[in-house]
Amino acid sequence: MRAPEASPAGPADPTPGAEQDLDAAHYLHGASEPAGGGALDGGELPTGRGERSGLTLRSFWHNKRAMSGVWIVMIMLIFCFIAPLIYRMNLTTVNLNLANDPPGGGHILGTDEYGTDVLARLMVGGQSSLELGFSVAIASTVIGAIYGAISGMIGGIVDAILMRIVDTILAVPTFILLLIVASMYSLNLITIIIILSLLSWPGVCRLVRAEVLSLRTREFVHAARSMGAKRRRLLFVHLMPNTFNVFIVTASFAVADAVYALSALSFLGLGPPPPFADWGTMLTNGVDNLFNGYWWQVYPPLFVLVVTVLAFRQIGDACNDLIGGQRGAAPRRRRRFGLLPMSTKYDSGDPLADDVSMA
Amino acid sequence: MTWYLIRRVGQAIAVIFGVLVLTFILIHAESGSTARAVLGLKATPARIALFNRVYGLDKPLYEQFVVYVDHLLHGNFGMSYEYSQPVSTLMAQRLPRDAVLLGMSTVLALIIGVPVGIYQALRHNLLVDDVLAGTWFTLYAAPDFMEALLLIALVCVQFHWLQPNFPGGITSVGGLLADWRALILPVVVLAINTVAGFSQYARSSAIQQLAADYIRVVRAKGLPERLVVSRHVLRNSLLPVVTILGLSLPDIVGGAIIAEAIFNFPGMGLLFWQAALEHDFPILLGTTLVVGVATVVGNLLADIAYGVLDPRIRYASA
Repeated sequence: MRAPEASPAGPADPTPGAEQDLDAAHYLHGASEPAGGGALDGGELPTGRGERSGLTLRSFWHNKRAMSGVWIVMIMLIFCFIAPLIYRMNLTTVNLNLANDPPGGGHILGTDEYGTDVLARLMVGGQSSLELGFSVAIASTVIGAIYGAISGMIGGIVDAILMRIVDTILAVPTFILLLIVASMYSLNLITIIIILSLLSWPGVCRLVRAEVLSLRTREFVHAARSMGAKRRRLLFVHLMPNTFNVFIVTASFAVADAVYALSALSFLGLGPPPPFADWGTMLTNGVDNLFNGYWWQVYPPLFVLVVTVLAFRQIGDACNDLIGGQRGAAPRRRRRFGLLPMSTKYDSGDPLADDVSMA
Repeated sequence: MTWYLIRRVGQAIAVIFGVLVLTFILIHAESGSTARAVLGLKATPARIALFNRVYGLDKPLYEQFVVYVDHLLHGNFGMSYEYSQPVSTLMAQRLPRDAVLLGMSTVLALIIGVPVGIYQALRHNLLVDDVLAGTWFTLYAAPDFMEALLLIALVCVQFHWLQPNFPGGITSVGGLLADWRALILPVVVLAINTVAGFSQYARSSAIQQLAADYIRVVRAKGLPERLVVSRHVLRNSLLPVVTILGLSLPDIVGGAIIAEAIFNFPGMGLLFWQAALEHDFPILLGTTLVVGVATVVGNLLADIAYGVLDPRIRYASA
């Protein structure tokens, strides 16, 4: 397991300001104790910056994989939100004279079956995908983290019941539940965000709970408790900030999953109705036209979708690696091309990870 | 181990009960009443009351739940609105076909994934390993339908080797196998979706095995490298892959829905997808239940298999 981030920012920390933004655990915990409080919990735990394999803004910044993902996401954000201000195209009226024009001329990536510019539609379609991804990641992380932390902290029968609820949701593939709920209600971006958030928190919850279970017997928690800290304070000031590492990983995977889920939903024809544009919808229309040779209607949306999903997975994977791959991941190795095996997906599915031990 | 098993089975039963409650809630979360959906908008209040009494919809929810569970235990999953057939019949027709499809694709994924993963472990840190790891990462992270689309574009549109659509009218497993050319694309697409996970699990566990002391002993005895790999590394690396088989069921099912929808494969996934488009709730919920129970059982079997296959594993009784 990762070394606990218990020591407050001290002189050993070369860039305390930079650390504090990302490493909220460090910041909050440091602020919650009097100066020199590190002695309380620092004890035999490694406190030196070099010994910590944690996820900090600095280690993140120097990680090529993580940063390559971040740059791709930046480019996508500019492409979707700023580029449409410059590349203005008519997206509302149907013009069948221009239908299925190949790339070139006035339309860089050609037009689709309604004569709409493919590039402009890509940009606008990406807006909804990215808005959805970020909203779902934030919402599901908040729900999952609070639920998991409460469950882990209270323990006992309450924990058992709460975790069986989580197991139940995990037992049914998210995609199946998503399709069912999607067929029940009329969808728009807001309802999809709500549905996906409600479906994707259990994974976060499991990981945060496991982390809280290992944290709650640590010295700094005992110290805080002995000083009379109430449960709520323990939870929000001491335990949850220390699980920050875990949920930054799950959040980046959640963005990728949400973008993908929306595209799959639209691809299967169960997405929001027509004026709503997203990459999955464009793909579905494009597939029918693939056989007519209109390749420009398929490959561009496929490309941006795959690149975006890959970028977020890349960030999540890199963060997971930075944390130290404590969840039974592959052994660490020298990286030449910055590629490592994925390790997170199946681990969160292990129903009894915390009950099994090697003798 | 015994105590652990009892506890584990107890948990599985609790979760299956939870899945029952979940599907029951989903039935009642459907907007509008069932009577209106079946009888239409012009139904009189008297007819609706009659309908509700006949189908027990006027009883309190907990009594309805008991009836629901009772029906399920007797294999009654309700009637499909679209097909006017019992859901259990529809599922029984399609499950064997899915067993063929998912079984073949999983076997294919294992045949490719495990040796490649072990090969990667042997070439650990070399260019080959990195290239393969990058390929797997791309395949794993890319949307499930991407591979399907690219394969269709290549194999069907470009070279006209295979038909992208499964021919209609196939009912039996025998007919399915007789038309093996149509099976190729769905099986390959599903295998691609799962092979990345298998190979990376095999790889990381083989790396751990290769670093273990007993391998050094075996090598010191002078055993040829070929035997070291096939007799010792392979066997011990298969262990996590076995458990992954049980755990990856939800992913496989999710991929199957998309693949079956794309290739028009007459299985549960296609049934589910069409039911979702047509708001055919009995089918949706019946399928959900089957998949949920299968997942729980799969997880349970994976856990047990892990303990049986590796005697070193001890389960904490706490």
